[in-house]
Amino acid sequence: MSNVIKVNTPITREMAKELKAGDIVSINGIVYAARDAAHKRMTELLENGERLPFDIEGQVIYYVGPCPAKPGEIIGSAGPTTSGRMDAYAPKLIEIGLTGMIGKGARNADVINAMIKYGAVYFGATGGAGALIAKSIVSEEIIAFPELGPEALRKLTVKDFPAIVIIDSSGKNLYEIGKAKYKI
Amino acid sequence: MREISAEKVTEAVEKLCIDSNYYLSSDLMKALKCAYENEESEIGKNVMKQIVDNAEIARAQSLPVCQDTGMAVVFIDIGQDVCIKGGGLTEAINEGVRRGYKKGYLRKSVVIDPLNRVNSGDNSPAIIHYNIVEGDSLKITVAPKGFGSENMSSVKMLKPSDGVEGVKKFVIETVESAGPNPCPPIIVGVGIGGTMEKAALLAKTALLRPVGERNSLDYISKLEEELLNSINKLGIGPAGLGGRITALAVNVEVFPTHIAGLPVAVNIGCHVTRHAEIVI
Repeated sequence: MSNVIKVNTPITREMAKELKAGDIVSINGIVYAARDAAHKRMTELLENGERLPFDIEGQVIYYVGPCPAKPGEIIGSAGPTTSGRMDAYAPKLIEIGLTGMIGKGARNADVINAMIKYGAVYFGATGGAGALIAKSIVSEEIIAFPELGPEALRKLTVKDFPAIVIIDSSGKNLYEIGKAKYKI
Repeated sequence: MREISAEKVTEAVEKLCIDSNYYLSSDLMKALKCAYENEESEIGKNVMKQIVDNAEIARAQSLPVCQDTGMAVVFIDIGQDVCIKGGGLTEAINEGVRRGYKKGYLRKSVVIDPLNRVNSGDNSPAIIHYNIVEGDSLKITVAPKGFGSENMSSVKMLKPSDGVEGVKKFVIETVESAGPNPCPPIIVGVGIGGTMEKAALLAKTALLRPVGERNSLDYISKLEEELLNSINKLGIGPAGLGGRITALAVNVEVFPTHIAGLPVAVNIGCHVTRHAEIVI
């Protein structure tokens, strides 16, 4: 495989702009786990003029709802969920500081335009590889909305988390490039 | 009449929920390894390696293959000479789901109301399909369905004049617009005929067929192969990152329909299309 680029979080706008579609990366540091319901709650907080449960400047959100941890384990299986369901919420979060998203699947034009405008990067992790990916999560803590169960907002520490840059801050999209290369 | 206790049903469903989420079937594992060998794209091959490694880790360590442990879809073939004692059959199945998802540390992914969206906390209720058959045995199949792929599924009421070409077009369009979302390489279940809900059920049932097994009707078997070839020319590839292998199988089921209709349903299954069964 091509060289693996080590990405440490948090990611500045400038660092986000250096990553290019197709770059294979390993992510290290804090990422925040949030999916549908947590995004809805965060958006409601912002609409009410309240603060988010964490400082979003330069942070990375991982779209995941993990399985419960077995006794002695840090976390259960924890692969990415389909990112497109968070498209309604992502542009606002990018505007106020979010620089990275990890998930799987297509993003809409609003998200990509926000990524270009503010400088953010969209990473893909392999969907359905939840048992494998869980090995790269070294700590887990629920920091808000515990009543949402698997959808609670979590702070995760990741080590050598395997991902690939799908969409970069220029709007270049590996899904489109890859598909065009192999379409017959 | 043969008596089967409700508790026995509950215990069976509990085990099937756990087993189906931890252990992929041998036919699917073989297909995934084959896809790893055959994928031409370097990135795609790397994805296939992760997918195979993941399934092996899950098996070895008894972990869910995917964190989306699904909504529990349960197929029941109940012999007409069977009598369930000591409780209702539906409740026995739902209790099995509750116990299995708790004991197996599986994710609880069900909301009680589709609009109010409060998590039921125990992954119940199951989606149960009952089929009454001859005999005195009870067959239970548990097929947990993740929604990354379920959300990419579709039903369309075609006109008879659309014919097989219309069917092919709809299947290909559905897979192409799904793109990377349903976790390719996928298994494509297709139901043709019946009524709207029958077509959907046929498509769902088609996902239970072992990977590599063709429909026994010759012309449908040929349609399956043709669709598989067309889908694998789309270029979507493993995880949608580009490649030759977008689908592992296309399974088509057909049923008689009305003179005015040609219902078609496409139910997409991800690369961890899971199911486990038992006959009591």
